Amino acid sequence: MTAIRAWMNSPSFDNTVQKWTGKVRDFIVGICMAIIIIGVCYIILSPVIGIVSTAFMTVEDMMNPLIFLIPQNVTLSNLDYAVTHMQYFQGRGLDDFIIPFVGFNVTEAFMGAVYGTVVYDVAEFLSGILSGALFQTLSFSVFFSAMNVVICSMVGYGFARFKFPGSNALFALVIVTIVVPVHSYMVPMFLNFRYFLGMDWNLLNTWWSMALLTATGVGLRSGLYIYIFRQFFRGLPKEIEEAAFIDGAGPLYTYTKVMMPNAIPAIVTVLLFSFVWHYNDTFYTSLLMTDSNFLSVRLMALGPTFQTVEAIWDLSLIQMVVFGGVLLVIAPILIIYLFLQRYFVEGLERSGIVG
Amino acid sequence: MQAKTMGQRRKGLSLRGREVFSGFLFISPWIIGILLFFFLNLGQSLIFSFNHIIIDPDVGGFSLRWAGLSHYQHILFVDGSFNRELAESIFDMVINVPLIIFFSLFMAILLNRAFLGRGLVRAIFFLPVIMATSAIEGSLELIMGMMMGGVTSVPPEIMRAETGFDATSIAFMLSEFGMPSQVIDYIIEAIAMLHDVIRASGVQILIFLAALQAIPPSMYEVAQIEGATGYEAFWKITIPMVSPLILTNVIYTIVDTFVRSEVIESTRAMMFTTTTLYDGTSVMAFGQSSAMALVSSIVACIVLLFVGWLISKYVFYYN
Repeated sequence: MTAIRAWMNSPSFDNTVQKWTGKVRDFIVGICMAIIIIGVCYIILSPVIGIVSTAFMTVEDMMNPLIFLIPQNVTLSNLDYAVTHMQYFQGRGLDDFIIPFVGFNVTEAFMGAVYGTVVYDVAEFLSGILSGALFQTLSFSVFFSAMNVVICSMVGYGFARFKFPGSNALFALVIVTIVVPVHSYMVPMFLNFRYFLGMDWNLLNTWWSMALLTATGVGLRSGLYIYIFRQFFRGLPKEIEEAAFIDGAGPLYTYTKVMMPNAIPAIVTVLLFSFVWHYNDTFYTSLLMTDSNFLSVRLMALGPTFQTVEAIWDLSLIQMVVFGGVLLVIAPILIIYLFLQRYFVEGLERSGIVG
Repeated sequence: MQAKTMGQRRKGLSLRGREVFSGFLFISPWIIGILLFFFLNLGQSLIFSFNHIIIDPDVGGFSLRWAGLSHYQHILFVDGSFNRELAESIFDMVINVPLIIFFSLFMAILLNRAFLGRGLVRAIFFLPVIMATSAIEGSLELIMGMMMGGVTSVPPEIMRAETGFDATSIAFMLSEFGMPSQVIDYIIEAIAMLHDVIRASGVQILIFLAALQAIPPSMYEVAQIEGATGYEAFWKITIPMVSPLILTNVIYTIVDTFVRSEVIESTRAMMFTTTTLYDGTSVMAFGQSSAMALVSSIVACIVLLFVGWLISKYVFYYN
């Protein structure tokens, strides 16, 4: 008894108590953290899991209340239906592919001469693939994200390194373009592209409308990219640039040969975000390019199409096909994300938004 | 000769002049864009909101007919849905933005600690940003009801029938504890929007995470040596150091919430409807749609300015 009392009064007892309370506290904190993090991860992942499992279910599985998540009879029929009706791989053909570029019907103009020959069939098949929603969306996203990198880095460099009268006021305007919603001027934008330059010159349903916006730095979230590049270039040391100037390089040469190779993190960030946001965009595609074959537009139409074509009113059946469509839409971007997620996450941290 | 004078001119241009010239050269595409596609459109939007727009297929183009303040009068005082939707969007923003900011700061602090599988968790947290499109979101709402058993985005009646979980009983319990009903409403609302909040805070979590990692560890060491508790260190070091990014995140979140709001949807829908004037001319509702877009944007900008001003009073800049 006295031995225990002596031990309790000794400093080693305090140490032991402290050690154990510390351990218990760490354990409890760890468990709480794990519960929160796993729970939130489940909330984020659950739609993906649900979509994938539903997309492979047959009607019987869907109607069977005993089946949850793991389908008994795996089928590809939902995906098949979605592929056909979203024109996923195969579009409507030549005109759909060419019209978005040139703005008029080429078949009537040039292809009439070869109509009925093999040349025409081959051209028709190739253009079918090229006009498929997947190819159209991917090429649209790649093209415009690359364009955003070129234009926004240039403008961002101009704002970051050159002092000219009103440069701060102009940069404040960049912030204004980020903050003012595009919706506030979508009506004139729509009408101005329908009657371009006040003439009956229709740029709707062509890539030109989007290209004009992106090339002049007011496209889909271009303001944000200008901001990212400007912040990033300001963070780079001035010495490398000054060395280039002293060696006789002009501003354009410095920009292309010195600054851009050093701006890889910012370029990757802008490229990835711009790609994803163009891929997912529904605002510009449904305002300026309603007839074009884009996945997001096709996906929105898939449910109603299925409903009317098959005359089905059961929501869960429509849901199955729609989830097939969703799977097809998110699959490419998920695959890209799997390989590049490091750059998405790290790029944002290092791109200078924070600095 | 020509080349020589050019060369002299180039030499004659001062260093400062050259800098100004090349600066404007670099930003010239953007200047064209902001004049041609931003200010012109914004100005036209204002003009359209005071006019009827009549599409004339014979001439090829459109003509305006003065409508005065009638569009504004209509959307604000006659039409029943616009002010309701606008108020709802603003109200949603008021509820959503603090939730998203608190949640993302909290998650960033959790993720900033070292633990097993941190990279994987960060990858998962960023997933909603990749899948953020209204085309997918519509279908996500369906699947969420199925996967969660209905705590999110399902009316309470259906939730009770499906899961036996009764939100109203919890509300009852809280009110028995003596909580004010406004607080209970907010909590219930927050739980119902849990999924939306998590989905909307991917970018914000990353920005906060980067801000947390930029805080020099020596600050915490000094605080610890001086005897500060973790709680004190959080309020005296972490919050001031991330406060500039709180401002950034609040503004990003407000813009993001507004763009997804209901009022934008109805403005879009209004654009392609046709109305008939008193003399029988049928017009596209571009004018009214412009008025709706402008009113909602101005309201959003006022909210932004107010919130930005309010927060910037408390922001601490280290440098």
